[in-house]
Amino acid sequence: MDIQALAQEIPVEGEYSLEGIDFITSGEQYLTFLLETEQYAVDILCVEEIRSWERPTKIPNAPSYVKGVINMRGVIVPIVDLRLKFGIGEANYDETTVVIVLKYESAEQGRTIGFVVDAVSDVLNAEENEIKNAPAFGGIIPHHYVNGLVNVGEGVVTLLNVEALQQIEAHTIG
Amino acid sequence: MSVDLSQFIPTFLEESYEGLALMESSLLNLEQGDDETINSIFRAAHSIKGGAGTFGFGHVTDFTHLVETLLDEMRDGRREIRSEEVEVLLESVDCMRLMIDAIQNETDYDNSSIDVTSEKLELLLSGSLSDDTGADTPVETSKNASSWQIIFIPEHHLVQTGNDPLLLFNALEDLGELKVNAIVDSLPSLTEMDVEELYLQWELQLFSDSVTEQDIREVFEWVEDECELEVTPVSFDEPETESTSLDETSETAEVKQPNDETPSPEVTAPNIEPEITPSPAGAPVTENKEVKVATKAKPEGGSIRVGVDKVDSLINLVGELVITQSMLSELGNDFDLSKVDKLTAGLEQLLQNTKELQESVMRIRMLPISFAFNRFPRLIHDLAKKTGKDIELIINGENTELDKTVMEQIGDPLVHLVRNAVDHGIETAEKRLAAGKPEKGTVWLDAYHQGGNIVIEIKDDGGGINRDAVFNKALEKGLIEPTTNLTDNQVFELILEPGFSTAKEVSDISGRGVGMDVVKKNIQALGGRIQVDSTPGEGSTFKVNLPLTLAILDGQLVRVGEEVFVVPLITIVESLQAKSENINRVSGDMILYRLRDENVPVIPIFQLFNLPADSQDVDDSLLVVVEADGQKVGLMVDDLLAQQQVVIKSLKDNYQDVSGVSGATILGDGSVAMILDIPGIIQMALDIANKKQKEKQLKMQNEGALI
Amino acid sequence: MAKVLVVDDSNSIRDMVSFTLKGAGYETVEASNGQEGLTKAQSGAFDLVISDVNMPIMDGITLCQELRKLPSFKFTPILMLTTESSTDMKMKGKAAGATGWLVKPFNPDKLLSTIKRVIR
Repeated sequence: MDIQALAQEIPVEGEYSLEGIDFITSGEQYLTFLLETEQYAVDILCVEEIRSWERPTKIPNAPSYVKGVINMRGVIVPIVDLRLKFGIGEANYDETTVVIVLKYESAEQGRTIGFVVDAVSDVLNAEENEIKNAPAFGGIIPHHYVNGLVNVGEGVVTLLNVEALQQIEAHTIG
Repeated sequence: MSVDLSQFIPTFLEESYEGLALMESSLLNLEQGDDETINSIFRAAHSIKGGAGTFGFGHVTDFTHLVETLLDEMRDGRREIRSEEVEVLLESVDCMRLMIDAIQNETDYDNSSIDVTSEKLELLLSGSLSDDTGADTPVETSKNASSWQIIFIPEHHLVQTGNDPLLLFNALEDLGELKVNAIVDSLPSLTEMDVEELYLQWELQLFSDSVTEQDIREVFEWVEDECELEVTPVSFDEPETESTSLDETSETAEVKQPNDETPSPEVTAPNIEPEITPSPAGAPVTENKEVKVATKAKPEGGSIRVGVDKVDSLINLVGELVITQSMLSELGNDFDLSKVDKLTAGLEQLLQNTKELQESVMRIRMLPISFAFNRFPRLIHDLAKKTGKDIELIINGENTELDKTVMEQIGDPLVHLVRNAVDHGIETAEKRLAAGKPEKGTVWLDAYHQGGNIVIEIKDDGGGINRDAVFNKALEKGLIEPTTNLTDNQVFELILEPGFSTAKEVSDISGRGVGMDVVKKNIQALGGRIQVDSTPGEGSTFKVNLPLTLAILDGQLVRVGEEVFVVPLITIVESLQAKSENINRVSGDMILYRLRDENVPVIPIFQLFNLPADSQDVDDSLLVVVEADGQKVGLMVDDLLAQQQVVIKSLKDNYQDVSGVSGATILGDGSVAMILDIPGIIQMALDIANKKQKEKQLKMQNEGALI
Repeated sequence: MAKVLVVDDSNSIRDMVSFTLKGAGYETVEASNGQEGLTKAQSGAFDLVISDVNMPIMDGITLCQELRKLPSFKFTPILMLTTESSTDMKMKGKAAGATGWLVKPFNPDKLLSTIKRVIR
């Protein structure tokens, strides 16, 4: 019996994870959304679903931007209002308010969290070389949440770091 | 074909643990001449040895071999069962467990204790007339030949043992090119022939450079006593000198699949030389190849062995559920009001199915508490030896079933309570005799179901807890005020408080000043509670009340403003409408409610959790009186809703732990409700009260300084 | 498809034997002691029996003796799984009617190559 040979036959996890996605593109795809009038984007592979606002169940003594939790097919998912978190725009809730549910799996844990945004706008293709470093100064959003900037026409889209967003414990400090 | 052996390792580990537990408990009960018990101990060791060898844990095999040999002597009556042997065997069980643990956790272990025990075992064995050593006869390494002549004369009854010469020849053919020649000399006449007998003999020729005599003999290993077998090399290292002589004297035939039971009598065969000698019964040696096992098999999730009956019942229930579902969906296709009755009946059925299914699934996770109890006889045995006390352990209700997760987490607290009973509970023999008690102390372990809970009692017939000593100690430690009015049980339960230890001397068994509070904490973490009862001179009882499962909880739904919360039913003492004459405000903001002769602090949930509520006034509000740690509090809520079972979901998966909340659940309408953590809430309220008091004191001091 | 009865009180060994045999295209029926094995043996025809020796309730030697009393098992190969490499246990097995034995520890490859001696 040769374990080594057997191990080589077993595909490494992730190797085939893109199988079945039938778009051909160079570079990564991002889902862009609006906070007030500013454009932000997250890696589309992290987007679990986009759902409309529903009143969540409050979490006792949670920070104001953690709106509570909802039941998403039996999973308890916390809802974070990015507008409150980053202090951009008004936090009003109506039928058009959108929640982007993001799932990010790191080595230690996988987390699913819903983020309230003003509107979902588009899917953005961005090559590695199109992504610019964010300037070190300015901006309301702490630096570690930002992966980079992409110019789209006249505007700028801020790419957010999903892993950092998922560190909800850090939210209570930041 | 390649089979990944690592997939069987979790099962091997599981059964090894079971085997070790069985060995241990049987060793503790072992009496002279108890054959069945020794046999079962032997079998357990034997199984572990076999499995360890197969799955590549040679160190376990080697060690267990010593244990097995000793047990074998005891089993055969060659060795007396003395306490010396039993002690060494118990020690060996510990060593084996250490090694199995190391495999499970993929860690190293301390070799020294194993070496010490190995030596003890070897010492015991060397003193015996062990004839077990060197059973394996060394096999000479045969020289290679390019061709072998094999003469095979089976006894007539060979086929009746299930052996088939043809298959043996097939196996030979795997070693090299084979020529087979059947000899029909001893074939009787047709009338005398017994169809179940084998009358043929064979002369075979095997051509191969790499085959040894041993390889060939191994093929005939199982029949060597039922045949005459001669294996002779035809030529050494001269592949070209094919045994022409043989060709001349015998007809050869390629192996096909001739039907050996109907041999054709017409075949004429040459005589076999008469000098055929019986083959020496050399013991075969199997290749002891170390099987490399990928030790990635992490039994982290753990596995449960489930009886087929439990699975069958699940399948039946799912079948019923499918029928109900199809009935309901058919009903939904063209529903009108005339079918409401049918709908109601269908929904009723669905409810029933779901309930049964739930119970059935929960039952799968249930294990008898003997899994947690089985370590105690050994523990008592060791503790008794260490403390010099004579102690008997009586276990009742070991078949009481409990959720596997709860079981795994209750083990350590129970160990601590039992140690405590032996160390602090049971008195020394002199004291017992002086008190007119039997010299032998008794510890009882009882388990039984009560409502939706399991109760585990740890009882001793020792000296009991000295109320005054505990009270004074608690005073000294600042746990209580001199004026604190406490019931006896509340005093006894002080010994579960952090930093409390009544032992005058710190013993190495339990009194390390830590422990009892950890016990309480662990039990509470499981959603359970612990009570202490004691009678001076007669003994103490620790009563642990645990939920049967961690996954489901009986809850009372309450409403505060817009939010619904679940209060665990097990914590609720009563619910009542607050009457204003019973409400007292003391020391500022503290609200006490007079419940009969007790003053119960009121905790307004809306305040604690910072929520809007219908009413902020305690007068006429609803109070849910709950109890944890012997402390009653009244939770002020806006409304009492239904009671129902809820499935507990963690908030930690996607968020984090939240103070005052033990988890969340999904209600019938799909919304989420928080489950209140009663001990946590009491702690929160205490912290807030303390903080307020300190602020006030600080303020007063400052004001004093100003004046 | 050849059908094999696998009798062993050790779940891991039984799983391993059964898994290996299934992987090689055999059908298997499992039993955890001699008594259960005997009962299952009577439920159908088998092409091979592989049994442990040391088992609770009924050991492998007794199972072997009992099986040989059944007409349908008169010629069925029966292999004993054993850790005792001593001649003693093998002789006992042979006397009880066993066809042969497999000495533990063994690996799946060894198992498959060995049973080829008694099963097509």
